[in-house]
Amino acid sequence: MRYITYLIVGIFFGIIMFKSEAASWFRIYEMFQFGSFHMYGIMGSALAIGIIGVQLIKRKNIKPIDGGEMRLQPKDKGFSRYMIGGIIFGLGWALSGACPGPMYVLAGAGYFPILIVILGALLGTFLYGLVKNKLPH
Amino acid sequence: MNLFYDPWPWYIGGPLIALVMFVLLYLGKQFGMSSNLRTACSALGAGKAADFFKFDWRTQRWNLMVVLGAIIGGFIASNFMSDNIVTINPEVAQQLADDYNITSANEAYLPTEIFSMENISQPKNILILLIGGLLVGFGARYAGGCTSGHAISGLSNLQLPSLIAVIGFFIGGLVMIHLIYPLIF
Repeated sequence: MRYITYLIVGIFFGIIMFKSEAASWFRIYEMFQFGSFHMYGIMGSALAIGIIGVQLIKRKNIKPIDGGEMRLQPKDKGFSRYMIGGIIFGLGWALSGACPGPMYVLAGAGYFPILIVILGALLGTFLYGLVKNKLPH
Repeated sequence: MNLFYDPWPWYIGGPLIALVMFVLLYLGKQFGMSSNLRTACSALGAGKAADFFKFDWRTQRWNLMVVLGAIIGGFIASNFMSDNIVTINPEVAQQLADDYNITSANEAYLPTEIFSMENISQPKNILILLIGGLLVGFGARYAGGCTSGHAISGLSNLQLPSLIAVIGFFIGGLVMIHLIYPLIF
């Protein structure tokens, strides 16, 4: 039953990504050309509501449905990994026109060349696992 | 506006993404899409090659269900809820046509010059997609998250590491589009 819930959340997420055009290569390209407010509006409004909601969760001490703690742990401190990793991610995001969520969505939408991007992303993740201990974090 | 069939404006898409994050938080989980790539590596046996993949990937099955849902969601949206045409800023579309010979803007959802089945056999396109994916996978794990984990989840929780990562995302993206695209397209 629990898995069905996550499946439905995923379907909802996939439809949002596709219908809001956040999964479109053209929208990503346009964003980095500062050609439209669209992508900034999506991220900005999600973020504005996200910040308010997370503050409410913390102030009202709202608990998840199973009673545990909200998964809002702070990330590890650091600079290099976030900046260097972020830049590498950004290069790939703009080159393929897809980030990890939309990749799956586009596969479902029938754009099968996206499977090459997914394969690349799996290889990149694997590569990171191999060289992780040699990198500055 | 026909909400079922027309593209969704940002003020519908953005708040709904926040809703997805809150639903997952309420279910006791954290919104993050790129961690599924690590889970998949682990499920495929990468734990034999690196400790980074030695964890019980079954604890992440919930997130793989989200991925399966996203695939189904993409199928539903593109087949029943969209004409699969993205309209962008005409100046950007013109620039794509003039500079890179990409003329499918305002006619398709993804550039057919790269993503159509006819053009995917070109080695250059395969390399672009493979290297793009490689950088996304490597960078997301190095930075500890992607657009969902850092730009939405992390920044919503006002975390400095996520702000650094998102600044990195944009530096990388701007460098790729403005400095590297003219060299490769």
